[in-house]
Amino acid sequence: MHHWPRKKFIMNAMTAPTIEIEGLTKDYAVGFWRKKMRRSLDRLTLQVNEGEAFGFLGPNGAGKTTTLKLLMGLIFPTSGSARIRGRSIADIGMHREIGFMPEQPYFYDYLTARELLDYFARFFGHSAAERHERIRKFLERVGLAGAADVQLRKFSKGMLQRVGIAQAILHDPQVIFLDEPMSGLDPVGRREVRDIILELKKQGRTIFFSTHILTDAEMLCDRVAVLVGGKLQGIGAPREIVSMEISAMEILFELPVGRTLPDHLMESVTHTGDRYRIEVKEADVYNALDALKGSQARILSVSPVRPSLEDYFFKLVGQQKDIASTKEAAATEARR
Amino acid sequence: MSVIPGIVAVNTFREAVRDRVLYNLIFFALLMMAAAVLVGGVSIGIERDVIVNLGLSAISLFGIVMAIFIGVGLVHKEIEKRTLYSLLAKPVQRWQFLVGKFAGLLLTLVVNTALMTVGLAAALFYVTRKFEGSDGTIAVAIYFILLEFAIITALALFFSCFSSPLLSTLFTLGIYVAGVFAPDIRDIGIVTSSSAVKAVAEGVYYILPNFHNFNLISAAAHKEAVPFSLIWQNTSYAALYVAVILIGASAVFSGRDLK
Repeated sequence: MHHWPRKKFIMNAMTAPTIEIEGLTKDYAVGFWRKKMRRSLDRLTLQVNEGEAFGFLGPNGAGKTTTLKLLMGLIFPTSGSARIRGRSIADIGMHREIGFMPEQPYFYDYLTARELLDYFARFFGHSAAERHERIRKFLERVGLAGAADVQLRKFSKGMLQRVGIAQAILHDPQVIFLDEPMSGLDPVGRREVRDIILELKKQGRTIFFSTHILTDAEMLCDRVAVLVGGKLQGIGAPREIVSMEISAMEILFELPVGRTLPDHLMESVTHTGDRYRIEVKEADVYNALDALKGSQARILSVSPVRPSLEDYFFKLVGQQKDIASTKEAAATEARR
Repeated sequence: MSVIPGIVAVNTFREAVRDRVLYNLIFFALLMMAAAVLVGGVSIGIERDVIVNLGLSAISLFGIVMAIFIGVGLVHKEIEKRTLYSLLAKPVQRWQFLVGKFAGLLLTLVVNTALMTVGLAAALFYVTRKFEGSDGTIAVAIYFILLEFAIITALALFFSCFSSPLLSTLFTLGIYVAGVFAPDIRDIGIVTSSSAVKAVAEGVYYILPNFHNFNLISAAAHKEAVPFSLIWQNTSYAALYVAVILIGASAVFSGRDLK
């Protein structure tokens, strides 16, 4: 057997990010007669490192699925490029190292779960015995051992989702792409999918998944990217992203009987029983504390208000909407 | 990897079987039985003619209908139902998928035709009580019908790579009918005085698949011998035609966005 000088390649693969996306752009032609180009993904650039669980967040129509389809070679970029484990996405050999679950997966419904997995496993050249063993193992892993020989036409949405995960990880890929893996699942199903993702992560695999369920992203991801309107809005650890946004401080306190607060604080106070809560700007914390001291309030805590990823997300979406409506208004104005 | 189209082909065949495509054989069997009994009853010396004519025509018609109607859905259905998404994320190239789909439907048609041939042979034996050497022409006629199926399947697949099933059906059907009358189209060029019409007629004649040369149904009924050169010519013609169409289909499909 001939041995290729592989050392250099391995060195490169170790240092380079697992997923490198560079200026990836996709325009679609819309309209029947007068074709207009609509930009679905705009110069997306990001890197995902080996072993990372990376969440790709954004509302519907943000360009998440477009990105995944570009990476899988289902659609072709207008411009830009991407590499997975150092190989171009145009290189079909790269597909041996990746697994993909499409959004709301649908499979040949005339096959049973076992037959479908066997069909897909054949493309990787596994022997019959190996296929049999893998399929048994993965059907069990996704909780479908009991339904292995049922035709997929009789499967529920949640069961299809599990088949989708099984077919994506059946060949032990190093990089796994999941498009909305939790959508359409009940809480138990979501929990199970979450456990599978965590397990894959523990095995050192790189996981790239899109979602609009933010709590899942917060729980699972080392880093997240937020995509709105085809544009990357932010990228970082979920904590990092939200901590950039600390804007307010929360003060909890109790007030002695008969004492009142100065009017300017009274307006923004809420209370449950004896406990009062007030939210002030970071710069106004000392003023507020002085005022509370004057009222002989008993301070219970002072803490920063950390917006959740969800708050951040809605803020971004809101900004985009504002921009869009401003543009629209300007366009309407210009037409007049 | 050359085995990949084979894997896709076997699954395509399995799909056809599970979708009960082979049920058409029941109709064929009933047709053959009815014909055999009826012809046997009126026996005026043309029993063999009638059975061979009817049997081969039915084999051809059933197969063409299958090739067109299943062929135009081969790719379209996989895109529409998004079953192709997970498949193409595997190390499968688009041309391999197409060739596999083509081979799978052709395999279905070959199995279907083989079973029909058994039915035809049984009906023939029922009315003539013997097989003779000249029946070999029937086998060649069936082989030519299969070559026709291959071209039609390739055409249906080609159109389904970029248009809807309805339009693909119309295109494929149109080309089939025009291909049957290919020699007549060339004759227009011969009788016309306009050089432009002549050029167009000739161009169309050479582009269209010439199905006229594949029709041996009456030759088989009349026990005519088939020159070996015709078998060789038709085989290479069909192989070349299918190859060109599949390469064209791959070129179109490989650059297409799967929305």
